[in-house]
Amino acid sequence: MRCFVRSACYNGLVTGLSSHARAGHKSRPSPLLVLPALVVALGTCLPALYLLLRAFDAEPAQLGEIVFRQRNLLLLLNTLKLVAVVLVIGTLIALPAAWLVTRTDIRFKKILSFLMALPLAMPGYVMAYALLGISGYYGFVRQWFGIALPPLHGLWGAGLALSLYTFPYLFLNLRAAFLGMDPALEESAQSLGRGRSEIFRRIILPLLWPALVASWLIVGLYVVGDFGAIALMRYEVFSYAIFTQYSGAFDRTYAAWLCLMLLVLTVAVLCLQRVVTRNMRFASTGTGIPRPARPIALGRWAVLAWAFLVMVVLCSLGLPLLVLIHWMRLGLPEMDLAQLGRTAIGTLLAAGPAALLTTTLALPVVLLTLRHPGPLSSLVDRLAYLGYATPPLAFALAMVFFSLQAAPVLYQSYALLLFAYMMSFLVLAFGPIRLALLQIGTRQEEAARGLGSTPAQAFVRVVLPRRCAGRLPQAACSFSSWSSRNCRSPIWWLRRDMEPWQ
Amino acid sequence: MKRTILASLGLVLGMTTFALAESVTIYSGRGEALIAPLIRQFEAESGITAEVRYGGTSELATLLLEEGANSPADVFWAQDAGALGALSEAFAELPAEVNGAVLEAFRSDANKWVATSGRNRVLIYSTERVEEDDLPQGIADLTDEKYKGRVAWAPTNGGFQAFVTAFRVAHGDEATKEWLEGMIANDAKVYRNNGTQIDAIANGEVDFGLVNNYYLGRYTARDAEFPVGQTPFASGDIGNLILVAGAGIVEASDNKENAQKFIDFLLSPAAQQFITLQGYEYPVRSGIIPHDTLESLETVNEISPQVDLNQIGDLEGTLALLREVGLL
Repeated sequence: MRCFVRSACYNGLVTGLSSHARAGHKSRPSPLLVLPALVVALGTCLPALYLLLRAFDAEPAQLGEIVFRQRNLLLLLNTLKLVAVVLVIGTLIALPAAWLVTRTDIRFKKILSFLMALPLAMPGYVMAYALLGISGYYGFVRQWFGIALPPLHGLWGAGLALSLYTFPYLFLNLRAAFLGMDPALEESAQSLGRGRSEIFRRIILPLLWPALVASWLIVGLYVVGDFGAIALMRYEVFSYAIFTQYSGAFDRTYAAWLCLMLLVLTVAVLCLQRVVTRNMRFASTGTGIPRPARPIALGRWAVLAWAFLVMVVLCSLGLPLLVLIHWMRLGLPEMDLAQLGRTAIGTLLAAGPAALLTTTLALPVVLLTLRHPGPLSSLVDRLAYLGYATPPLAFALAMVFFSLQAAPVLYQSYALLLFAYMMSFLVLAFGPIRLALLQIGTRQEEAARGLGSTPAQAFVRVVLPRRCAGRLPQAACSFSSWSSRNCRSPIWWLRRDMEPWQ
Repeated sequence: MKRTILASLGLVLGMTTFALAESVTIYSGRGEALIAPLIRQFEAESGITAEVRYGGTSELATLLLEEGANSPADVFWAQDAGALGALSEAFAELPAEVNGAVLEAFRSDANKWVATSGRNRVLIYSTERVEEDDLPQGIADLTDEKYKGRVAWAPTNGGFQAFVTAFRVAHGDEATKEWLEGMIANDAKVYRNNGTQIDAIANGEVDFGLVNNYYLGRYTARDAEFPVGQTPFASGDIGNLILVAGAGIVEASDNKENAQKFIDFLLSPAAQQFITLQGYEYPVRSGIIPHDTLESLETVNEISPQVDLNQIGDLEGTLALLREVGLL
């Protein structure tokens, strides 16, 4: 029987991933995989190095004061609360939505999936602006209906803004997981008389687990590092405090310490994730091709499902659009369209190559971690997450510092900007690529190699075509998320002005 | 795929920026919306290409500190005197006549930077929820029970920090700390900058705010009904402090001649008139037509506290104090 096994794979008991772990003894990873990994390791280490350098600028007497400030604890608690709120709201939106568009007979699945992914194209702070734009003096509720609502702020304001913006990450990963799941196991369970809820709990949920954990990780790290939405909602978390130290206090030392604490938090989360997903495997070990699951007829529940989906789209897309249009009308007379065009082109020029290069770089790194698990690959993997979690301002300062020390020619160059982007956003490409490779498994590749292909050939002929199929929307999303994050990233500070009237 | 990688690498390396011969690199803490026309005017008049990097004043100051001797910047144009003071080591000395041409109230003694415009600290209030009689007479009144939870402030803002430094100079560290703690105990609401305080009053979140004078005019110019007003405190109160925006030439610059040309341009009558009318600020030289919605400079000079601009350079001490009371 073909089956998915979620089991421990100690000592290569089962085939699949572990077969390659064993193969690792025989075949060393190709330099084509190792070289990119080293670049990533180096690039993402730089900010941490820089931060350490700055952190120990402090006088020893000052150190204790900085590290054990009570305020740090408050920031930590606030950060954790915010992450929890965003993950809960995001999952409550994404999980039902992903299930509806993959497992039911709901119509317009493609359009729905597209709409659910679209909020990623909007920077997080636009979502915050949108929520703020409902209420207050200039809010459309007052301007159109004459009712002044108190604006949202604090934990719930920031939590809502961030979850409405980040749930598409969860949605895309969960959708891919649902689609990649072989329905055979569910059907077997059903035939053995198990109920729907039990099947969900005992079969579907465990199979969704890697997608859930991977996307929680990304969203969690994003939330930890976000500054735009948090500043607008005035909620004091680490990133807010870090920015305050750099911007309001010229204090690079305390800021460096806060950054390091944030990175320690990231490392803790990464270790936790490792514990949670260790020893799991998710590829089919049998032969044959999974066929699509039989859609569940919604019947009368369709009304409820549509109400839910429409509500989500209205909040995550309708609202920001409405507010943007409302504010454009207020500001249109003064808008400089030529300038707007130049900014758009600048964004495209930076984000396009960055997205392409990052995906290109991510592929060998993910391959290395999957096919040649070992100290190097797991280190590189973790470092990439660290790069993502490093606050953009610290990242930018590290790039300034090292480029001026090592290669002044590169300073303020486009190449350096691209490098910084790649290092900080690499993990965004990890999730989809890893998931695809996990679901493809290694059997077909092995077959190709058995028929005389070199590892590289086997990869290009067998894995790549399957990986590319169906992944384009995700690439597009990464791109848009890149281009939108540009605006809030201080790496970009040399070009853009966040406050039009200073 | 290899070809794509090579092609993109070529693109990347090809786009490295090169400095032009006749150019000047400006780090501007002042916003693009206000400044861009001025920059275009400078380019047209001088034939020099201006490379402007916009950013927050303090972010750019941090950047300049990080760049040190390798900085590509020629001029730093800052939003507040605190940042200029913090960077005085990184500035080259200006020719004596530069500060000599500036009105006395705005003059910098050390001659490391020059003021490009003047402004003053004011109280803003809700015209809907605040009666004339309820207005505080001095900054000290704001710790009164009457104002509990109704006042906004921006502890990370450069203007506010300069005000705290002046407070320390005028009344001593102890009194300043007491006032700050009194405000915290009175539940003063923290905002990021001047504009967000004005928004917050219009939104009904708070009733009072402590800001620089030139923000409100931009709101009322397009909306006469805007429900926020501004007023100075009683004469001589520290809350009426006069401040400046200013610029300096970066010591690391290898292009000081063009940097000087840019600074001369900023002090020219045309540029000063533009900043006065478009920016709702005070000119730093005589012979400029004042903005008709502002208090006259004479009045502002009269009611402002007797604190010399050159004495409020101790940003470090202010930050330490703000940190001590838990505001940073």
